[in-house]
Amino acid sequence: MKTAAHAAAHAAPPTALLSTRGLSLSFGGVVAADGIDFDLMPGERLAVVGQNGAGKTTFINICTGYLLPASGQVFFAGNEVTGQSPRQITRLGVGRSFQMPQVFVDHTVRQCLMLAASAVQQRRGFWLPLDRAVDVHEVDATLELLQLQDRAGDLAGALPEGQRKLLDVAMALVLRPQLMIMDEPTSGVSSDEKHPLMAVLMRALDERKVTSIFVEHDIDIVRRYATRLAAWIAGKIAADGAPDEVLRDPVVIKNVIGE
Amino acid sequence: MDASLIVLALMDGVSYAALLFLVALGLTLIFGVMRILNIAHGSLYAWGGYFAATLGLAITQFGLPAWLGLPALFVAALVIGGLLGTLLEWALLRRILDKDPILQLLVTFAAFMVLEDLQRLIWGTQPVFVSDVVNQLGTLQVVGVTYTRYQLLVLPAVAVAAFFGLNWFLNRTALGRQVTAVTHHREMATAMGVNTHRVMGLTIAIGGALGALGGALASPTTSFTPGIGADMMVLSFAVVATAGLGQIGGAALAALMIGLARSFAVYLMPEVEVLMPYLIMVGVLLLRPEGLFSTVAARRI
Amino acid sequence: MGSPRLRLLVALLLAAVLGLCIALPWIKTPVLLALSNGLAVLGVIVLIRAGQVSFGHAMFACLAGYGVAFAGRASHLDALLLVALGSVGAAAAGALIGLFMVRYRGIFFGMLNLAFSMVLFSVLGKFGAITGGTDGLRFDRPTFAGQALEREGFETALLGLALLLAVLAGLAVQRYFGSVNGQALAAIKSNETRLEYLGISAKRVFWGGYVLSAALCGIGGSLFALTQGLVTPEMGYWVRSGEVVFIAILGGSGHAVGAFVGAFVFEFVKLYAAALLTGAWQLVLGVVLIVMVFAAPTGLFGLVEKHLRAKVPQGSKP
Repeated sequence: MKTAAHAAAHAAPPTALLSTRGLSLSFGGVVAADGIDFDLMPGERLAVVGQNGAGKTTFINICTGYLLPASGQVFFAGNEVTGQSPRQITRLGVGRSFQMPQVFVDHTVRQCLMLAASAVQQRRGFWLPLDRAVDVHEVDATLELLQLQDRAGDLAGALPEGQRKLLDVAMALVLRPQLMIMDEPTSGVSSDEKHPLMAVLMRALDERKVTSIFVEHDIDIVRRYATRLAAWIAGKIAADGAPDEVLRDPVVIKNVIGE
Repeated sequence: MDASLIVLALMDGVSYAALLFLVALGLTLIFGVMRILNIAHGSLYAWGGYFAATLGLAITQFGLPAWLGLPALFVAALVIGGLLGTLLEWALLRRILDKDPILQLLVTFAAFMVLEDLQRLIWGTQPVFVSDVVNQLGTLQVVGVTYTRYQLLVLPAVAVAAFFGLNWFLNRTALGRQVTAVTHHREMATAMGVNTHRVMGLTIAIGGALGALGGALASPTTSFTPGIGADMMVLSFAVVATAGLGQIGGAALAALMIGLARSFAVYLMPEVEVLMPYLIMVGVLLLRPEGLFSTVAARRI
Repeated sequence: MGSPRLRLLVALLLAAVLGLCIALPWIKTPVLLALSNGLAVLGVIVLIRAGQVSFGHAMFACLAGYGVAFAGRASHLDALLLVALGSVGAAAAGALIGLFMVRYRGIFFGMLNLAFSMVLFSVLGKFGAITGGTDGLRFDRPTFAGQALEREGFETALLGLALLLAVLAGLAVQRYFGSVNGQALAAIKSNETRLEYLGISAKRVFWGGYVLSAALCGIGGSLFALTQGLVTPEMGYWVRSGEVVFIAILGGSGHAVGAFVGAFVFEFVKLYAAALLTGAWQLVLGVVLIVMVFAAPTGLFGLVEKHLRAKVPQGSKP
């Protein structure tokens, strides 16, 4: 049980972008989060690895407001956000993409982005058509950044999986987030598409100077794109540091990567 | 409010609840198995009642023994409910299983409209009221209050029999357990080899017969006119929504609750009588939308 | 609004309606009824856009109608004011009820709307001293834009108003569908979670749509009341709400024009069934709708709409 004194002694560093203190949550008998203390600094590219059920998605869900922790706190850019809704946390500057891409299947790619853009742009205008109410240049720039410009007029539901993943990220990127959290961005995509997909994503995030967290199962991708690696085991962070080091840790090798 | 009025209201409420329960049971059963709210269910009630009245008149006209009156009601229900229910299932319900929920509702609404007009064409617009059965069975006295045997004994007995009969069927027979399986998880039941089409057909026939039974049993005490199906539809729906869609035991309690609320309102504050079921429905939906007796959480944000 | 072909079609339809009304004066009443109904259907189409269907929206038309009746009896307000009053009243009711309503989806949304409407229906029917009971309330023909008119003239003036309101409402709804809020409303149907994760409040967007839908039903109900000079609780009965949804699907819920196409077909089948089919219009329309759900689920206007799109480069969507 973390005490107030403990929390004070391990207070979130003022410059951290995302911090958690003593984050705990259980489902039935399973401990999904076990008193997690965590800090993310701006500019980091954190990869999150762990077996299924280790608590990675739970952690993301708590940080983005989808789940309420049983105890503990979440801080974003110095402010406590524990218990706030996804909508509120998104508005503070956190973008999210999902394992199964969450897009508007009956809207075109461009419309999806314009809708996203409408959330952050003041000039809403009640009667203005969507494409006149938002800054289309920024939308088009984001489309190009994620190489979706050729598909701009297609229905989101008609996109192949890889491009749907890119659209999922693009929609969050249009919100001008400071932090982007991506849940398995390359899953469901064929192995020869994974690296190009990740390259496009990371270039886009760098371009927009967005700090990122991504959950990933592919170790090559982790090695290539992450500046930091955190390994989850049974609701706890078992190892955290430079990817090469963490990947040499015998506990990580045994429990996460397997042989 | 003196004791005799209370007894009267209680008996009124119970006999009314018995009818409500039968109809609501049919509706909730069909929803459980097909996940479709059958708006044409009210028509089954109306047709059950009209047909029962027709049989009753025929008995008199052809000089058949008077004691056939009561069984005739059940025959009417089985025939009409079973036939119409099966027809509905075969012609419409099984073909819209995978359609948009809005379209599903519209199809059953359209079926309701068709049946309303057919009913009007067959039985006309004049009130139909055949009360021989009630008169035959006579009255009895309870705590100094006179009540018809029909409403006090027959109706609740049928409702109770239906409740226990259905429970026995669902829990103790192989076919009934298949119905339960399809209710809980259609895809899984299919994967386990259950002939879901046959199960659905059977359940609709039973549900339809129950709805028609409600109408048939109501016909000796109610005057049937066009529009009675619509009234009963929304009323039975209030019961089902209050209990929770698909809840059988809950439907009994909800029917009792609404029946008693209504009957007491008649004696205490008559203007509110018709209002009671819907006030209860609003209250339940606002506070516990999945229904009072449901175990599944509702789709609420 | 829309492609040039669509605009042409709408203009032709309007001209046809006007021509009919001039040629056959008795047709004004059914046309007025169709227009009133069409406005209510337009309201329901707004909700269908969000993937939701209300089985109680007749209550807003009913509230507006009774508002018109009460105001018309209490103070002899002009017809134009009465329409405004009824519509604003319905919108206000929608705003209030909407506060609870927007938390529900799917069948629970439909059920709660139904329940509210049946409460209203029961109250109107039973508290006869105030509401006139099941016989309803009559009120005298008001002035129109300051002029006292005879029945014929009043109906013509009302028709002009109804046509104008119908066109304006249709334009407004289509415009709304293309706007930020309208597009967000449509996104509720496909992925509400995503909306929240974009920082957009789905509940607030839905509430806006709900108020709009209530207002449209209110305009329809006000016009209906003025056409009949009588309001009854039946205006708010659940079957009426069901018919409004029915017409929405019949006409085509994808476009505002569908609402009016459906309403006109509905009204005129009713009219001719009375004469030719011993009044069995429900039978006819019921069968038509069932066939349509299988053969043409996008409705009557949906069938036509494909041919109305001007040839544009690939990848265009309204």
